[in-house]
Amino acid sequence: MLSFVRATRPALLLILISALALAGCESVFTPISPQAQSIANLATILFVVAGLVFVVVEGTLLYFVLRFSRGRPAGETAEVETKNERRIEIAWTAAPAVVLAIVFIVSMVILRFLVTQPAAPGMGAAASAQTLNVRVVAHQWWWEFDYPDLGIVTANEMHAPVGATLLVSVESADVIHSFWSPVLGGKIDAIPGQINRTIYTVTKVGDYGGQCSEFCGVDHAFMLFRVIVEPRAQFDSWVRQQQAPAATMTGHAASGEQMFMNGACIGCHTINGTIARGTLGPNLTHFASRGTFAGSTQQNTRDNIVKWLEDPQALKSGNLMPNLHLTPDQIQALADYLESLR
Amino acid sequence: MLNESMTAPTGAHETSLNIDNRKLGTWVFLASEAVFFSSLIVTYIVMSGRAVSGPTPQEVLSIPLVGINTFVLISSSVTMVMALAAIERGDQRRLRRFLIATALLGLLFLSGQAVEFTLLYQHGLSLHSDLFGASFFTLTGFHGAHVSVGILWIGFVLARAFSGGVTKENHLAVELVGLYWHFVDVVWIIIFTVVYLIGT
Amino acid sequence: MQRNMLVDAQALPLQRYQTSVLRWLVTTNHKDIGLLYISASFLFFIVGGVEALVIRLQLAEPNSRVVSPEVYNQIFTMHGTTMIFLFAMPILVGFANYIVPLQLGARDMAFPRLNAMSFWLFLFGGLVLYSSFVLGGAPDAGWFAYAPLTGTDYSPTHGMDFWALGILMTGVGSTLGAINFVVTILNMRTRGMSMLKMPLFSWQILVTAILILFAMPALTVDAILLYFERAFRAPFFLAQQGGQPILWQHLFWFFGHPEVYILILPAFGIISEVVPVFSRRRIFGYAAIIYSGIAIGFLGFTVWAHHMFVVGLSPIADAIFSLDSMIIAVPTSIKIFNWVATMWGGRLNLKTPMLFAIGFISMFMIGGFSGITLATVPVDWQVTDTYYVVAHLHYVLFGGTVFAIFAGLYYWFPKMTGRFLSEKIGALQFWFMVLGFNLTFLPMHIQGLMGMPRRIYTYAANTSWGDLNFLETIGSFIIAIAVGIFLWNVAVSMRRGRPADGDPWHGHTLEWAVSSPPPGYNFAVAPIVHSRWPLLEENPDSVAEAHFATGVTDIPEETSVFPLVVAFGLGVAVYGLVYLYPVLILLGVAILFAGIVGLVYEPR
Repeated sequence: MLSFVRATRPALLLILISALALAGCESVFTPISPQAQSIANLATILFVVAGLVFVVVEGTLLYFVLRFSRGRPAGETAEVETKNERRIEIAWTAAPAVVLAIVFIVSMVILRFLVTQPAAPGMGAAASAQTLNVRVVAHQWWWEFDYPDLGIVTANEMHAPVGATLLVSVESADVIHSFWSPVLGGKIDAIPGQINRTIYTVTKVGDYGGQCSEFCGVDHAFMLFRVIVEPRAQFDSWVRQQQAPAATMTGHAASGEQMFMNGACIGCHTINGTIARGTLGPNLTHFASRGTFAGSTQQNTRDNIVKWLEDPQALKSGNLMPNLHLTPDQIQALADYLESLR
Repeated sequence: MLNESMTAPTGAHETSLNIDNRKLGTWVFLASEAVFFSSLIVTYIVMSGRAVSGPTPQEVLSIPLVGINTFVLISSSVTMVMALAAIERGDQRRLRRFLIATALLGLLFLSGQAVEFTLLYQHGLSLHSDLFGASFFTLTGFHGAHVSVGILWIGFVLARAFSGGVTKENHLAVELVGLYWHFVDVVWIIIFTVVYLIGT
Repeated sequence: MQRNMLVDAQALPLQRYQTSVLRWLVTTNHKDIGLLYISASFLFFIVGGVEALVIRLQLAEPNSRVVSPEVYNQIFTMHGTTMIFLFAMPILVGFANYIVPLQLGARDMAFPRLNAMSFWLFLFGGLVLYSSFVLGGAPDAGWFAYAPLTGTDYSPTHGMDFWALGILMTGVGSTLGAINFVVTILNMRTRGMSMLKMPLFSWQILVTAILILFAMPALTVDAILLYFERAFRAPFFLAQQGGQPILWQHLFWFFGHPEVYILILPAFGIISEVVPVFSRRRIFGYAAIIYSGIAIGFLGFTVWAHHMFVVGLSPIADAIFSLDSMIIAVPTSIKIFNWVATMWGGRLNLKTPMLFAIGFISMFMIGGFSGITLATVPVDWQVTDTYYVVAHLHYVLFGGTVFAIFAGLYYWFPKMTGRFLSEKIGALQFWFMVLGFNLTFLPMHIQGLMGMPRRIYTYAANTSWGDLNFLETIGSFIIAIAVGIFLWNVAVSMRRGRPADGDPWHGHTLEWAVSSPPPGYNFAVAPIVHSRWPLLEENPDSVAEAHFATGVTDIPEETSVFPLVVAFGLGVAVYGLVYLYPVLILLGVAILFAGIVGLVYEPR
């Protein structure tokens, strides 16, 4: 029965490969917030404890298998008297109970931390100073980010100044979605008819990913978003840009604007200060300021914009923007317009 | 001891519950039905007050009418008890009469429900009109369906009674339909309390 | 030897299986029905497995387009629905059907015709569900069907109607089956078999049946609410009319969590039979296994919202459900320790059933640990709805339930057919399965931690999930090979397997006291038992003292076509309800009613 022992080697190798894969990218273990950090710490403890218990119990099992399967003659059943049977049973009932009780208590302490808005100065002067209200609205299949105190409505990207505590409210415009970026912390569902809230304090500059985590239909896999944590000054200038009215258009971009306003676009999209006030699709006022579009699945490049306008269904089949059967000229003009919406 | 034969088909002995299989089965079935109706009632309670449009319970539910209907159903449980008492004495005639009475009272109850439903429908309440209509009709509708099945069941037992198949020694069928009938009655009392008395 | 006394070989010739199709359509014998369940479930297992392979092919590489997202969503929905409702539940019921009456020393189940009806409801329910593929599209909103995605606004095809009504139909079958098992186990144990002398498999089936009775109605109500919302626009889950999407989840998981215990307790029962027999020892802690099973059954009803930690419940609610979920880990661990302790000092016989049992213990333990991490609310907030959960559920349901099912198949195949499955092929299957299974599901823990959500039909190249996904796809095909090896084993062994007598494994319980396969009447005389392990009793004169009410030679061969008729009628009515054709509904109800009339009036 050495094969049992031999079987563990490929398993260990597999775990090692996985661990390396884990190391290189964004994950639960690359937190950018104290919330995510506390969860990562708890998870690490749990995995270590579970690993140890597994080794002990599995080791015992395999030891028994090896020891008691060696050539004794077949025949009647072994009559083995286990001494202290009752005591053993009590011991192995109590031991897991104690371990689990500790796990539970620790988890509750962390839970309380996760749901508490940091207000005390003890959190760190910089952190307590800045809270930012972000309203997230999930749509099939894109993310809307509003900053109600700043009068900003945008999509696909959530910007935040490093050090701020985000008070995130999450809603849904249609079905249940789930807002999740592992580096930020735990996920929270977006459920129609209710407002869910969560808290993240962002402590590291960077551009991070997030994705819808509740099956929401055909394009559930294409409902990504970006979390952009930037230095205060950069954030402030982003805010000013988003608060500014729509850019004025000249040349080709102007004819594109006209096409937009005369066409079906205004039924779904908003350009602040114009007749375009549709809310089914993302607000495009500052479209060109965003790094991605189409549920953050496409890089915001000229090529991709053109491909999208040629046939949105080809890039994200099943999404709610129909193919408008635009001519190449129309597409170029519209692309000029969209690229000018900084 | 060696050749002891067991009389009951199920071999009742000290390691069984000494209840006929079919009776035990009926009790177990009713336990499941209890959870079924509990889920429906919980749904009703969760939904109450949350309708954003349409008539409210206070506006349209008629306690007098349904109160009478409730009395009818309770009476039918009484006649059912009388039917069982009759056959336990061996009185086949009264068994049949009380079974018929139970079924008729059940039908009367269903007619009362039909009247109530029609009145509500005229007030604009339906399965799809709003949340109250949906949860109300689902709950009371399934109860009514259970009453209907009960009346059919009584019909089967009656048919057997008329052909002499129900006797003082063998009247399990009456016990079983009685159990079911009383259960359905109790469920109605709870529904009446939750929907009509508390809910308005 | 006392075993042979229970089979009065002189009184009746050993039954040979008749092969007419008609016999299978009208049988009410628990062994026949058990075989029907096992065979039909295994077919669904293969179908569900093919669906899994399609999923894995689609996910093997980033930005893949093996199937469209529309098809993918149907495939993963049907994979889950099939594996849970059309494979795991029914095959365990099949084992229970075959084995429990034998273990209890009974002649059949309490209600044989109801038993047959449960089978036909399951089979027809499954066929109705699958017919949706060619009738406008299969259900595609997940096996858990969260509202409001399942409403007509967002799921306009009839797929979800098929789902709701198919679930209702199979659910009726399960509930009727549960009633049958409770009555049989409580009322039909042979003389001397008090509750605390009953075999462990039968005990776990009792608890399972009670769970089904109390959990299924919640799903029934949920499915009714969904159907009414879709068919009549009853706004139960439509937020804009005051409806509550969360209600769907509460009702669903109130059923759904006991459901997973319904899927694992019979597996625990199988392992509790196999480990002692193949350790040649009595089980360690018989009473503890029973009481922990009852505890699990009871506690299983208190933990449902641990599937809902991220829906915005209050932290207090989260805490309570988390606490209960941790508590339930205690009786579960006790069982594991008991099985391992049973091996101590035993003389282990490492045949295939035991290999799978050892595999079960190991894999289920891993699943248990990931379960505890999921019961920990903060960690759950990160990894729920990700591949971490996919890993967890497959470790407990595949590494757990499926491994136990194979242990049971190899253990009881000789009883059911009179032949052993090949040991060599069995061991080969086992190792392929262990390798394939772990290769497929172990990396998924990592992927979940890396941010890969569930139920996505593809992913971008820059996520670096592709390498592990590719490995997992290879693993899934290794599992497929393992299943193929099993089928080969069955094909080879049915005709040419080594013959097995009544007690080929030196078993402890009454099913091994009769021939393999058992005669139709099971026991010529009702056994009397004096201990938990009647076949280990020293005194051979202590059994075979009582008679059944009917003698050996006048067992009526109870057959009835009406269970099938009732199930068929319900199926027809379901189609009527899907399409809202009143004529079809009435026709179905009429057939159903005719079946019931037949059942009431047929001569018995």
